[in-house]
Amino acid sequence: MKVYYKTLKDLPREELFAPGHRMCAGCGAAIAMRWITKTIGPNAVIANATGCVEVTTTPYPETAWMHPYIHVAFENSAAVASGVEAAIKALKRKGMWDAGDTKVVVIAGDGGTYDIGLQSLSGMLERRHGVLYILYDNEAYMNTGIQRSGSTPKYAWTTTTPVGTAVKGKIQWKKDIMGIVTAHRVPYAATASVAYILDMVNKIKTALEYTEEGPTFLHIYAPCVPGWRYPENKTVEIARLAVETGYFPLYEWDHGKLKLNPPSNNHLDKSKRRPLKEYLKLQGRFAHLTEQEIAEIEKELDAYWEYLSRLAQL
Amino acid sequence: MCERMPHQGYRDGAGGSMMQKTKLVEALTGNYAAAYAVKASDVDVIAVYPITPQTTIVEKLSEFVANGELNAELIHVESEHSALSAVVGASAAGARVFTATSSQGLELAHENLHIASGIRLPIVMAVPARALSAPISIHNDYGDVMNARDTGWIIYIVASAQEVYDTIIQAYRVAETANLPAMVAYDGFLVSHTVEPVELNDEEEVRKFLPRPQRPYTLNPKRPVTMGPLASPDWYYEFKYQQATALREAYKLVKDVDALYGEKFGRSYGVVETYRMEDADYAVVTYGGAAYGNAKAAADMARERGIAAGVVRVRLYRPFPTMDLLKALEGVKAFAVLDRAIMFGSPAEGPLYKDVATAMFMHGVDKPAVSVIHGIGQRTMYVEDMYKIYTMLKERPNKEVVFMGVRP
Repeated sequence: MKVYYKTLKDLPREELFAPGHRMCAGCGAAIAMRWITKTIGPNAVIANATGCVEVTTTPYPETAWMHPYIHVAFENSAAVASGVEAAIKALKRKGMWDAGDTKVVVIAGDGGTYDIGLQSLSGMLERRHGVLYILYDNEAYMNTGIQRSGSTPKYAWTTTTPVGTAVKGKIQWKKDIMGIVTAHRVPYAATASVAYILDMVNKIKTALEYTEEGPTFLHIYAPCVPGWRYPENKTVEIARLAVETGYFPLYEWDHGKLKLNPPSNNHLDKSKRRPLKEYLKLQGRFAHLTEQEIAEIEKELDAYWEYLSRLAQL
Repeated sequence: MCERMPHQGYRDGAGGSMMQKTKLVEALTGNYAAAYAVKASDVDVIAVYPITPQTTIVEKLSEFVANGELNAELIHVESEHSALSAVVGASAAGARVFTATSSQGLELAHENLHIASGIRLPIVMAVPARALSAPISIHNDYGDVMNARDTGWIIYIVASAQEVYDTIIQAYRVAETANLPAMVAYDGFLVSHTVEPVELNDEEEVRKFLPRPQRPYTLNPKRPVTMGPLASPDWYYEFKYQQATALREAYKLVKDVDALYGEKFGRSYGVVETYRMEDADYAVVTYGGAAYGNAKAAADMARERGIAAGVVRVRLYRPFPTMDLLKALEGVKAFAVLDRAIMFGSPAEGPLYKDVATAMFMHGVDKPAVSVIHGIGQRTMYVEDMYKIYTMLKERPNKEVVFMGVRP
């Protein structure tokens, strides 16, 4: 990534995400929205998928969006953004676009990206629209009240993967969305966390500028207070622990090269990672986990790091 | 399919229309006529996805763009759901947009039909009508269009390649004035793939007829708006009421634009077209191409045999042309409504029949009226079948549903 902001003092001052929205106290996605809108600047159109962010920010006649904003449906924000991008291109060519170099940004949750929106995302990436697609990942369908998605991690409690006597939590592993996106040979894709603001805003800006070349993608990890069952003052701590334990590595895929970003760049050496338990134990959704299950998750995580290290060597 | 058409038409110096000195006539299928209308309308963004029998529209448009004849962005979407989503986004950003689909494609895109009209976007879409699965059929009936009839779109059902061309141009003017999306439907294959002579307008004149509107709201960073918000029970109904009102009011607009188009280009159709209805005792009410042509031939046959027969064609299906239709049927003793779609489990299975019956009930008109279902999955509707409808009306003027042309 390019470093546009070196210190906290360099961060954009202008607020473009208005207060008064209905997002939960301690919402990880709310932190992401504030920094996304600040970093992309006012000359952008936002297409938002149905989800927590959409319903909590647009209760008519109010809106938290100072950008031109459109919500159409759940599965099609990438297709809507494709249309906006194509419209701006055509109108510019015909001398009918008066707003200059306008960027197009998608904001969608994990349900709208991993699951129902995967097809339209793939179409947008394949057609190489100049759109920045931002996934805020809270690892379940939180808007409808905590149901399992393709992003929900193994063994996590949700209302559709309850902790019963026969089955405890989700049975399957989390889908590798970054792998799916990078397989489309996009110019740039990166992971980011609401606990690492400087890293996140530099990635947002980098990804935004790269839309000149084609589609870019950001996977922002955004903890959810009610869905993950933790006190609302722990959002940033949990997001940081996710990175420090190696559970959610920070990395970027820049024109075919994988690069791990601090602090994840030290985590190829497992001894530099904090024990996974520290991350899991803060969250009620993992409260039922046995030692054996934690060991199994750790083993899978090691395999994932092995995969990342091989990619980093390419 | 005879898809390769000569690119150059002939110029007829005699001139048929009032405004144009020369007239350009091409031999075109209904689908190619649609593509020519889109080209003339200077559309900015087109979402492209194949489905039979729609495909040749987007093929032709792709050729226009590839040859530099049309300055538009093509979005080669990965589904019809994304096709309509993409033109929703493009229209919201202020572009003039087009897409086309049929049958399952229209079904897949269905939720976006409601959203396009709910956001009040002037999208124009062509729908060569095709039967719905299962069993799968690529052939014509109106099951797809009728399933989309209450989605808040202006819906034209047209009867010839010429009318496809004229109506798509009219539809842009209507849609952009009313801020409502418009669908131009016609018979799959029977119109979409039948070659007819089509008189093309001077494209400069079409562009004068379609000036770029001052859209009240678009997605522009200079004038930010939020589109597609969350509406609570305190607000949702008002949105929907305004939408219903706008569609009702579009009735007059459709007529005015048709008349204006007629003045400028020499062709207009009205919202309800009649054939030999002046003194008719018995009428067939229908829509689209095939039924209309055969019904006219059957009316001629019936008149030769002493039955005062006529035909009424509903060209504007939504908003429903209640008053024009009632007027057309004023003098008849009995009539039949010929539908090419089945509304399963309805009191009468014909969708247009139900609309006509409602319109008459609300205006205190009570006449024998038969709901005739025919042409399902493009079952051939013979002139003789239509003629039988007239004899049936004369001999047995009931209120009933008749499934014609089917093996019991």
